[in-house]
Amino acid sequence: MYEFNYQKAGSVADAAAKVAGADDGTLMAGGMTLIPTLKQRLAMPSDVVDIGQLADLQGISVAGGKVSIGSMTTHDTVANSADVKGAIPALAVLASGIGDPMVRNRGTMGGSVANNDPAADYPGAVLGLGATVVTDKREIAGDAFFTGMFETALDEGEIITRIDFPVPTKAAYTKFPNPASRYAIVGVFVAQTADGVRVAVTGAGGTAFRATEMEAALNANFSPSALDGISVSSDGLNKDIHASAEYRAHLIGVMAKRAVAACG
Amino acid sequence: MPRDDGIGASVRRKEDFRFVTGQGSYTDDLNRHGQTYAAFVRSPHAHATLNSVNTSAAAAMDGVVAIFTGQDLLDAEVNGLPCGWQVHSKDGEPMVEPAHPALAQGKVRHVGDAVAVVIAETLSQARAAAEAVAVDYGMLPAVGNMTAAKAGKAQIFEEAPNNQCYDWEIGDEAEIDAAMAKATHVVELPLVNNRLIANPIEPRVAIGDYDTATGEHTLFTTSQNPHVIRLLMGAFVLGLPEHKLRVVAPDVGGGFGTKIFHYAEEAIVTWAAAKVRRPIKWTSDRSEAFMSDAHGRDHETVAKLGLDADGKFLALKVQTDANMGAYLSTFAPAVPTYLYATLLAGQYTTPLVYANVRAWFTNTVPVDAYRGAGRPEATYVIEQIVEEAARQIGMDPADLRAKNFISPDAVPYQTPVALEYDSGNYAGTLEMAKKAINYDGFAARQAASKAAGKLRGIGFSAYIEACGIAPSAVVGSLGARAGLYEVANVRVHPTGSVTMHTGTHSHGQGHETTFAQVVAERLGVPIENVDVVHGDTNNIPFGMGTYGSRSLAVGGSALAKALDKVEAKAKKIAAHLMEASDTDVEFKDGQFTIAGTDKSVSFGDVALTAYVPHNFPHDELEPGLEEQAFYDPANFTFPAGCHIAEVEIDPETGTVTLANFVAADDFGNIVNPMIVEGQVHGGIAQGVGQALLEGCVYDEDGQLVTGSYMDYAMPRADNLPNFTVDTQVTPCPHNPLGVKGCGEAGAIAAPAAVMNAVTGAMRAAGVTKPIDMPATPSEVWAALHAS
Ligand SMILES: Cc1cc2nc3c(=O)[nH]c(=O)nc-3n(C[C@H](O)[C@H](O)[C@H](O)COP(=O)(O)OP(=O)(O)OC[C@H]3O[C@@H](n4cnc5c(N)ncnc54)[C@H](O)[C@@H]3O)c2cc1C
Repeated sequence: MYEFNYQKAGSVADAAAKVAGADDGTLMAGGMTLIPTLKQRLAMPSDVVDIGQLADLQGISVAGGKVSIGSMTTHDTVANSADVKGAIPALAVLASGIGDPMVRNRGTMGGSVANNDPAADYPGAVLGLGATVVTDKREIAGDAFFTGMFETALDEGEIITRIDFPVPTKAAYTKFPNPASRYAIVGVFVAQTADGVRVAVTGAGGTAFRATEMEAALNANFSPSALDGISVSSDGLNKDIHASAEYRAHLIGVMAKRAVAACG
Repeated sequence: MPRDDGIGASVRRKEDFRFVTGQGSYTDDLNRHGQTYAAFVRSPHAHATLNSVNTSAAAAMDGVVAIFTGQDLLDAEVNGLPCGWQVHSKDGEPMVEPAHPALAQGKVRHVGDAVAVVIAETLSQARAAAEAVAVDYGMLPAVGNMTAAKAGKAQIFEEAPNNQCYDWEIGDEAEIDAAMAKATHVVELPLVNNRLIANPIEPRVAIGDYDTATGEHTLFTTSQNPHVIRLLMGAFVLGLPEHKLRVVAPDVGGGFGTKIFHYAEEAIVTWAAAKVRRPIKWTSDRSEAFMSDAHGRDHETVAKLGLDADGKFLALKVQTDANMGAYLSTFAPAVPTYLYATLLAGQYTTPLVYANVRAWFTNTVPVDAYRGAGRPEATYVIEQIVEEAARQIGMDPADLRAKNFISPDAVPYQTPVALEYDSGNYAGTLEMAKKAINYDGFAARQAASKAAGKLRGIGFSAYIEACGIAPSAVVGSLGARAGLYEVANVRVHPTGSVTMHTGTHSHGQGHETTFAQVVAERLGVPIENVDVVHGDTNNIPFGMGTYGSRSLAVGGSALAKALDKVEAKAKKIAAHLMEASDTDVEFKDGQFTIAGTDKSVSFGDVALTAYVPHNFPHDELEPGLEEQAFYDPANFTFPAGCHIAEVEIDPETGTVTLANFVAADDFGNIVNPMIVEGQVHGGIAQGVGQALLEGCVYDEDGQLVTGSYMDYAMPRADNLPNFTVDTQVTPCPHNPLGVKGCGEAGAIAAPAAVMNAVTGAMRAAGVTKPIDMPATPSEVWAALHAS
């Protein structure tokens, strides 16, 4: 780890000011991605601005057909929230499958979404539920948020404050984990929403994406068999020692069917 | 009534209190006055010339105390790291044994090869300066695997023009080919034994210290065998005599073989501490461990088994290529030869066995012994090909095995590959395991899986290992450059408590409990009055350490012999006190008695008399009660057994679920059943890890692809079912405790059992092509998909 200044933010505005005022400032949420990066000397920020404990950014509320989750809410809190379990059980299931208990107790939804690891789980839910990412500056539609591998629509220094998830009729998330890291090799989030069926795929590509052909088929017939015969192209999918692009393409089909089945 | 703390009792581990309360004292917990910190500059390239190593900018940085390079070691006449075993090729030539400099000289040969060491006031300063060392590498083509080594993609050492280390054989090839030609069935199987990274929970640490007043060097290190390190480092690398070199291995958090070997970092901190006159600590981080701890296994084999019309094995022929990595680690050459091919008879009467083993240099981390060392590789070959043979000739795999077992009446049994098995009952453990897994119910379980869209398979592994390493004369004749006896010292204190010193080393095995139980049983003292000391060359007379499941079989035998001496002397003292002849004295439950009289003295009284010798047979005995014994085993010990795995495969994803695993083992007599069970559980977990999860991957250019836990999959609790483990006892006939060793059995047996279950399940889906370990979902799916 290189040396850096540690600063604890008193408010969202204070955090933004501290990052802006630093030579090379970076936000820290749960630190579950940031700290390993620092320890491996892969990043050299001048200042680390800690927003993990900010009260404004915590908490879960359900109102007006939406579940709003503060960006610094930990995975463990989401996984065990009665509100989330009641309104969008799939989201609680997703959170409970992230990493291990230590990671879930520190890692946050905002940190995960801002980081946009191609193998992360939450992007599947943001896209799959058509959520809205709310920042200190604006609201960004989930569909426009994930722009590429580790890239998002966030501007420099822009802070995610909460994420609003519309409550679906039904939803489910199925994840095929990497045997080593247990991040998603393929994760599929399926939701029946007021605006139709959404199918979001994470882990398989450079960033999470929607499987529109599957959505169309499920809009016509919301059952696993509706997906028979839909094959996902392996073009452009990730490949590594754990899974070829073809295998990922195949798993998208399997996970999607299982998610539809799990919707009940 | 048997003691509740003696032999056979499941005594809770004495050492666990300190471990589970965080009070263990590991090497990194030690801090010496005035300590500095070392950071290594490591090569990011697999193969390159070292054109220049410029340390001047780094040397000027804050806190830097010293920087040393390979040239500095050369100038100071620090030698390279020695290899402890010399293997000869079949043409009689000794193996190619290139120099292994502690810091690279002229060339780097694997990613992680150490180029320079920076010593600074703080770790952070040392790391910062290490980054500032400017190395000019001249890139060379790299040999990332054995195929590239054979093809001569690059030449790694001048003295090995074809990258070959040796070409060794055992058995008679012409004879085996003739027998094979007469066989009714010949089964051939190509197999890969995957490369593994040991990953003990505690990474390696070394602290060098030098006492200017006495001239004594001290090395604190995470070692399984401190005396071996003292010998190798003192005599071969640094030229330091034993009386001025102390090696301490305190609490060690797991070894699995990778902490047997003498490593460059140990020699460097020891040497440099005397140079800079400050203690130096080096602590590996996990990324560094991946590229500097010796790896394990990495064999490619083609095996052929010939059977007669009845299914009797006639001949086994094995061709193996073994990856040595970039340098020869301490025991590397022995692993694929004497620890492997000598086990190829397995539990069977196969009259002819031939093996040819070729060892290759590659631009990868050195490969050496890893839990089981050679014996898992042998078991994998035998048990996979036997299972395959059963399938091809349409025989029940258990029946085929039973048909070919060496019967208990035939023991002692001379195998065609040098070893003489001393005891065993292989049908016994096979039956035990079949019963435990309800073998007869398998067909119904398979049908139920099928109905649920799953594939189910069952796989056997009837293994045998040679443990209790080893008779010194035998291994000496095979090229070992050390003896493999063990040492025990029993110090009875004046009030009858006991401190026992052993040359073995516990790094998870529970010796502090097991050895104390042997003392408690024998001397009749409560176990809490017995302490076991290990791990410090200044405290322990000598020792060869812990590996090869040798500690109880060899170290425990030394202990039994030392206890014999204690008892003999104590009897004489007791006889004197009771005014009787020592031949009339009986000793039981801590009391000395004379048969037919009511005379009795306690062990405590005898101990006190030994140290307060007022009424003492001075003309016959010296005061005191402390005895020592060296024990050199008469033979190896031969733990054996049968493990059975049952798996279920989800054909849609390729995921293999281990549905059940049973183990029936014969470890001879058992001192602590609970500890044995724990050792078996851990071994099975490691074996399952090898079969289903773990695989070290290098790319073509020698880059380590699996350089962290993001890509290297360790087994976790949720990958494993509850194990059913049981034991059968056929005592070892040639050691005083009748024990055989249990530490490696799980890792030896499990891979073949699991893979036989996997291939069995896949065969039901029409896949006949073998699949290699680890059987990850993607590999299994690809194999199913291709069929
Ligand atoms: C062992 C392990 C296993 C894991 N397994 C999984 C898994 O299975 N699935 C999965 O999805 N993830 C997994 N993760 C990642 C985990 O979910 C992390 O919590 C997540 O990636 C980052 O969240 P964090 O709160 O720790 O963010 P941090 O590490 O603190 O920050 C990550 C990045 O986001 C930025 N950032 C943080 N908060 C904000 C904000 N409010 N606005 C804008 N930018 C912000 C930071 O500047 C930083 O660049 C794992 C991590 C570990 C260590």
